Amino acid sequence: MGSRRSARLVQRAIALLYVGILVLVPIVVVTWKTFSPGPAAFWDAISSQQAVTAFRLTAEIALASVALNTVFGVGLALLITRYRFPGRRLLSALADLPLSVSPIVVGLALVLVYGPVDGWFGKGLHDAGIDIIFSLPGMILATTFVSFPLVLREVVPVLAEEGIEQEQAARVLGASALQRFLRITLPIIRSALLYGIVLSLARSIGEFGAVLVVSGNVSGENQTQTVPLLVGERVQQLEPGSFQLAFLLILVTVLVIVLVFLRRDRSDRAGAVLADPVLADPGLADAEPGHAATVVTASDNVGLDDAAIDRGGLR
Amino acid sequence: MSTAVEPASTASPARPRAARTATPGGARLGRGSGLGLGVAVLWLSLLVLIPLAAVVTRGFSGGWSGFWDNITDPNALRALRLTVVSSLLVAAINAVMGTLLAWVLVRDSFPGRRLVDLIIDIPFALPTIVAGLVLLAVYGTDSPVGIHLLGTEKAIVLGLLFVTLPFAVRSVQPVLMALDREVEQAAACLGAPPRTIFRRVVLPLLLPAIASGATLAFARAVGEYGSVLLISGGLSRTRVSSMYAFQKIENFDFLAVAVTATVLLAISLLVILGLDLIQRAAARRG
Repeated sequence: MGSRRSARLVQRAIALLYVGILVLVPIVVVTWKTFSPGPAAFWDAISSQQAVTAFRLTAEIALASVALNTVFGVGLALLITRYRFPGRRLLSALADLPLSVSPIVVGLALVLVYGPVDGWFGKGLHDAGIDIIFSLPGMILATTFVSFPLVLREVVPVLAEEGIEQEQAARVLGASALQRFLRITLPIIRSALLYGIVLSLARSIGEFGAVLVVSGNVSGENQTQTVPLLVGERVQQLEPGSFQLAFLLILVTVLVIVLVFLRRDRSDRAGAVLADPVLADPGLADAEPGHAATVVTASDNVGLDDAAIDRGGLR
Repeated sequence: MSTAVEPASTASPARPRAARTATPGGARLGRGSGLGLGVAVLWLSLLVLIPLAAVVTRGFSGGWSGFWDNITDPNALRALRLTVVSSLLVAAINAVMGTLLAWVLVRDSFPGRRLVDLIIDIPFALPTIVAGLVLLAVYGTDSPVGIHLLGTEKAIVLGLLFVTLPFAVRSVQPVLMALDREVEQAAACLGAPPRTIFRRVVLPLLLPAIASGATLAFARAVGEYGSVLLISGGLSRTRVSSMYAFQKIENFDFLAVAVTATVLLAISLLVILGLDLIQRAAARRG
């Protein structure tokens, strides 16, 4: 018994040491380096014209790409889980692809297609007066690329697990597509969606490599330098102020993680109530058990393709 | 279920698959959903597929000989070797440490366990350049702990270990939590020592999750740029493939970049295929 206890202590010590050395110690060091030059240096680092522009750019890019990824993530998740069409598995696999592509490759890929000099589409767009690479649209594209599947991947398992019975019941009872989405689908995926959005936001704020390639890393007038790019420049040019900006980014990261952590804890507890169809729709609660059963059976005959539902259909 | 946040890319790949088969079918596309599918596919093509196709096209624009010459360029080869070897090493370390961490987080209980659970996700959400700066601050030239790794291969491995920390943990953790403990209890009743129980009962059940976690870590490590850029010290012996590619972009040598990028893409595709095989094998075994 004694040896089992000590084995457990050794395991615990190794695990804690590993996380401590890898993550905790570095973050403590950065915090110390951020504040050791004093509050004036901190203020200078984050209030310079360059820094303020970088904050604004980063916020614009992050909001745009999170919005795009939310719309397309939820849309694709619904298509993948609720419909049958040829190539669905391929689509699902391709949508996952961006996560394993190197950021530099992402940047290169976008330059080759949207670059103003000899890009496949970029040349024509440039002649029409639209520039994508080395300006905001290209940076939004690059950021959207790298965070593309984050919302999708969170929402798909929840939708798949939930099944379509509630939506079909609502449809039989006359709910419109929008009503079904807002009243049934959205509450089901709310917590997963929020999680996906937050992850996507964190990734968008922090993207470095892909944005570096497509932005040209321009400072001064027409600045295309986001906060991560500015951190990189300050370190490499040995300018002061890198730790202060990095500290702010760490702060945002930790905030995001804690928020998700607390939120998930709460929604785990609330999940049971939300998932109950009777509680979700007060109208059904009055129905006798036998009546509810009739509704379900009826929905099977209204031509919602239920006859064609094959259990393995989503493979 | 999980007590902690789970990085999306590390969410157990077995999970969506298992859930998908449980869904009772789906409808045919109507007019609205058909239009939606068209828009989504168009967007995916414009954003991801056409650009990636452009990379491969450009990579082969010099014919096979141009492709081969660029692949066998000594600098490109050296960068690729460093990338693959350090990523493999990182995947292996992740497999061991990730399993240990998941084990401690699920089976052990001590004050601060939930905090550790939370800290593990920081590297995933942290901007890569910040991760790089963080490592530079600790292991760079004016290291407060007296360990100088700037410009060494060890530094590259360390940077990659940092950014891939959550991958194996978050892959193994849910499986371990869902594990039925009765089998272990039965083995203990039959007199098996804890080490044998782990090796013969628990480990086989965890293997698919460990393998997919390590594979994800490998995929991430192969393409990593920001977190290893600063600590590499800009030396040629610590230049990984993504840094080599960026250098070629700066020199407007697009053929060389595209060839390197094509190789990296091929590795990504192989990894995705490998993951799929692991999932299928796991699903077959139930």
